[in-house]
Amino acid sequence: MNVILIAVIVLGVIGLVSALVLYFISHKFAVHEDPRIAQVSEVLPQANCGGCGYPGCSGFAAACVKAADAGSLEGKLCPVGGQPVMEQVAGILGMAAVASAPKVAVVRCNGTCENRPRNAEFDGAVSCRVKNMTGMGDTGCPYGCLGCGDCVSKCQFGAISMDAETGLPVVDEEKCTACGACAKACPRGIIEIRLKGPKGRRVVVLCNNKDKGAIANKACKASCIGCGKCVKTCEKFQAITLENNLAYIDAEKCKMCRKCEEACPKGAIHGFNFPPRKPKAEEPAVQSTDNTPNQNVEPSKAE
Amino acid sequence: MKPIISLSPHVHGGDSVQKNMYGVCIALLPALVASLWFFGVGAAIVLATSVAACVFFEWAITRFILGRNTLTVCDGSAVLTGILLGFNLPGNLPVWIIIIGALIAIGVGKMTFGGLGQNPFNPALVGRVFLLISFPVQMTTWPAVNATDATTAATPLSIMQEAITSGDASVLSKLPSLQDMFLGATGGSLGEVSALCLLVGCLFMLWRKIITWHIPVSILGTVAVLSAILHASNPVYAVPTQVLCSGGLMLGACYMATDYVTSPMTGKGQLIYGVCIGFLTVIIRNWGAYPEGMSFAILIMNAFTPLINTYCKPKRFGEEAVKK
Amino acid sequence: MKSFHIGGVHPAENKLSAGSPIREAALPRQAVFSMFQHIGAPAKPVVQKGDTVKVGTLLAEAGGFVSAPVYSSVSGKVNKIDSVVDASGTRRMAVIVDVEGDEWEETIDRSKSLVRLSDRPDLDSKTIVEKIKNAGIVGMGGATFPCHVKLTPPPGSKAECVIINAVECEPYLTADHRLMLEHPEEILVGVDLIMKAVNVTKGYIGIENNKPDAIRLMTEKAKQYPGIEVVPLKVKYPQGGEKQLIDAVIGRQVPAPPAIPINVGAVVQNVGTAYAIYEAVMKNKPLIDRVITVTGKSVRNPSNLLARLGTPFQQLIDECGGLPEDTGKVIGGGPMMGKALLSLDVPMTKGSSGLLIMNKKEARRAEPQPCIRCAKCVSACPMGLEPYLLSKLASMEEWETAEKNDIVSCIECGSCQFTCPSNRPLLDMIRVGKTTVMGIIRNRAAAKK
Repeated sequence: MNVILIAVIVLGVIGLVSALVLYFISHKFAVHEDPRIAQVSEVLPQANCGGCGYPGCSGFAAACVKAADAGSLEGKLCPVGGQPVMEQVAGILGMAAVASAPKVAVVRCNGTCENRPRNAEFDGAVSCRVKNMTGMGDTGCPYGCLGCGDCVSKCQFGAISMDAETGLPVVDEEKCTACGACAKACPRGIIEIRLKGPKGRRVVVLCNNKDKGAIANKACKASCIGCGKCVKTCEKFQAITLENNLAYIDAEKCKMCRKCEEACPKGAIHGFNFPPRKPKAEEPAVQSTDNTPNQNVEPSKAE
Repeated sequence: MKPIISLSPHVHGGDSVQKNMYGVCIALLPALVASLWFFGVGAAIVLATSVAACVFFEWAITRFILGRNTLTVCDGSAVLTGILLGFNLPGNLPVWIIIIGALIAIGVGKMTFGGLGQNPFNPALVGRVFLLISFPVQMTTWPAVNATDATTAATPLSIMQEAITSGDASVLSKLPSLQDMFLGATGGSLGEVSALCLLVGCLFMLWRKIITWHIPVSILGTVAVLSAILHASNPVYAVPTQVLCSGGLMLGACYMATDYVTSPMTGKGQLIYGVCIGFLTVIIRNWGAYPEGMSFAILIMNAFTPLINTYCKPKRFGEEAVKK
Repeated sequence: MKSFHIGGVHPAENKLSAGSPIREAALPRQAVFSMFQHIGAPAKPVVQKGDTVKVGTLLAEAGGFVSAPVYSSVSGKVNKIDSVVDASGTRRMAVIVDVEGDEWEETIDRSKSLVRLSDRPDLDSKTIVEKIKNAGIVGMGGATFPCHVKLTPPPGSKAECVIINAVECEPYLTADHRLMLEHPEEILVGVDLIMKAVNVTKGYIGIENNKPDAIRLMTEKAKQYPGIEVVPLKVKYPQGGEKQLIDAVIGRQVPAPPAIPINVGAVVQNVGTAYAIYEAVMKNKPLIDRVITVTGKSVRNPSNLLARLGTPFQQLIDECGGLPEDTGKVIGGGPMMGKALLSLDVPMTKGSSGLLIMNKKEARRAEPQPCIRCAKCVSACPMGLEPYLLSKLASMEEWETAEKNDIVSCIECGSCQFTCPSNRPLLDMIRVGKTTVMGIIRNRAAAKK
């Protein structure tokens, strides 16, 4: 009985002393942080993805507080939480919420196995960065998707996956937070973080090929050959520019009329998430996604 | 022509995991023959059970728990673990205990860490130590050599421990002759008895470049030197040659400590590793509660391997020129 | 026997063409001259479509100090200046010439008589380097570093000796071997020229011990060339690596980058470069042809061809029995460090030392297995690095730790991957790490300014 009593007292005293020591140390060495940072941090998604451009959610929270003190939350956006979270942050900091347009990752390549023949077999570490070092890769296009999935392994949200049949990555627009990790991972800069567009609709040139038209055409059926027809159709809105044999549509200027899509002789331009329209005669088969709701899936068009 | 493209190099030396694993198995053949010679059917049962159980558990865990489709049992590492585990057991160990040992060795010692190449501790030793602590009686009751009945015998190590605890050097005269200890005609676990066979196998591995000399030499050398010092100070401690041929020292130094996954990556690191194992073995054997210290010494140093790897980097080309 | 001291492996030698004397390849129908045949700025074309050119006519001038001019190796008309896929696997600018006849520039001396340094007292160090620069000579071992830059030591460094790389440690390649057997004295004069260019009196020629006939012949001939010593070296890869060769011959180890061989007083040149220097300085012949080994286990007629630059590889393989049926891989260079080609339509360049055809069985890599931490890669690495660690750090994108572990010192020799029992793509990942870390270092240096 004595032994038990002694043991209990000794341990109890040790516990008490340790607790007191910890209490004093935690107060003496406390880091004084602006309490607002913790408040803001609480409403953030805690994904620590870096998509905001800051080191983790706590870094972003600190940046928001600093920006609020400077006067405006302009330029601060958490792509994962989106507008609702930014409104909460603004509320906590007593600022007006800044509206910003949602974005999404777009894979600007339509060089499927059918469109772009593989003329070699790659053997080695399954990594786009490694495959890119072989030169052109296993096709005739030095700008096209390499298909090893570096983008897929970088996505923290499971929003991008490899389609085994086409050999191209497919973006799940519901899950994509536009954090930009896939775009950074791609050694050829094929993935672009673009404006999602009204009703999620956008028109994009699905090609990254800067070779001259004849060479691009030989490498891939769905390539942009730099003919410039799309530029001409967009004379009214001036949304399309042609540089280095490659057309590019400015998302801010595009009015979604899709005239360029009709005009493109190679079918390199694509409208995403539009309602179906009368199918035209023979166009090259394209990658298809079927995991975005409110879609009308057309058999031969991408969404 | 649809050529294959890859980055250089475009040739390979032909070495493989299988070659190395099965190479060690071949090196263990002399010791295997010795164990069957000295311990008969019992040895055969123990080894067969150990190998079969290890292979089975690796296959089952890989297939059903890890959900992987690739067959890793063919690479020879499970077979090797099975043989080494079996060599660390007495020839009369019940089959059900062996199976538990195999489950722990493969399941806990290897697969929980992710499989081949990921384990920090030697799987066979993890299994052996688990069994030693869980079933101390069965694990320390060895059959006599060429025993046809269930007689058990004292091992050289237990005699040495008796000499130290009693303080009576004359106890050491009960030790088998050096020739018997070298050839293997003594009590002990299956694989540890025949120093000769183990050395032959070790030379084979050195010849085939499966292992390098650093670990076996540093362990045996350290033990020899320490034993000599101890013997000179007090005759209760056995002569170095007897110490070297006793217990699991030879087996551990040549086959267990040299395990690729759990030993350091540079020659310098391996020498440090080996010297420390030698020290620990001598300390545990002479002043610890257990007669055999090899398994514990190796496991302790396995824990230090990552630290040794961090501080023992190979000499960089041009390093000396920079220092000047 | 001398050798480098750290690491190394022993790939099978397969010197199938060692007994084949050099023979001249036929002229191509169309020659393609890449503007990127060397390290440094690309050459700039000075001809236009329709221009008539002869052998030795300047097609493109050097694009800077670290650059080299390109000369026509054929006579005919310039077809066009366009981008073509070259041996790098990418599309780059080239001058394409339709071949007509075989007319040479009059300035070139086509006689075979030997001209020694003693016959040309007019040649001083500066003139020699100038002639080498104007002839467009680059490192012929495959690195294609502009020769005149190496022969112009930067201020603060001094050359102490010249080391000639006649090791040819890559399996299959025999071009340097045959060159030594058939043109020993021209090579020795070339070495003399290099020694004069950098003002040294000591020259070494390192030859691997699997070429005893070349060692014997060169040693015999070198007796007449005071200051030049033939050094037989142990057969081990990568004995011919620049840093390893210096370690073997003079026992000095070049420190980690940014240090270069001249920092230990050594000027290293390939033996083929020495030969080209002889031709350039003594015969006014710019770099327009070279010996290339066309080889492979299934190749009907493995040979050493003296081919004009710009000849498509397809033609070279046709002259050796045609492309075998079971071809799996086509490699420009040797099997350890060569580059796998997408097609045989690429043209031969200044650095094309070999064309290796691998059959389907040899060409495929085995399936990688987990790293078993055997440390064989560590023992094999000639630079004293830890390939298993660097590869892991690169795949985990731990660039800072990779830099601390000296990833930029990797010479990409491939010994690690060659040795690995688990067939892991070590060098693939180390390359990714090396390029990224070098980029980080460059950005850091630029930001400081």
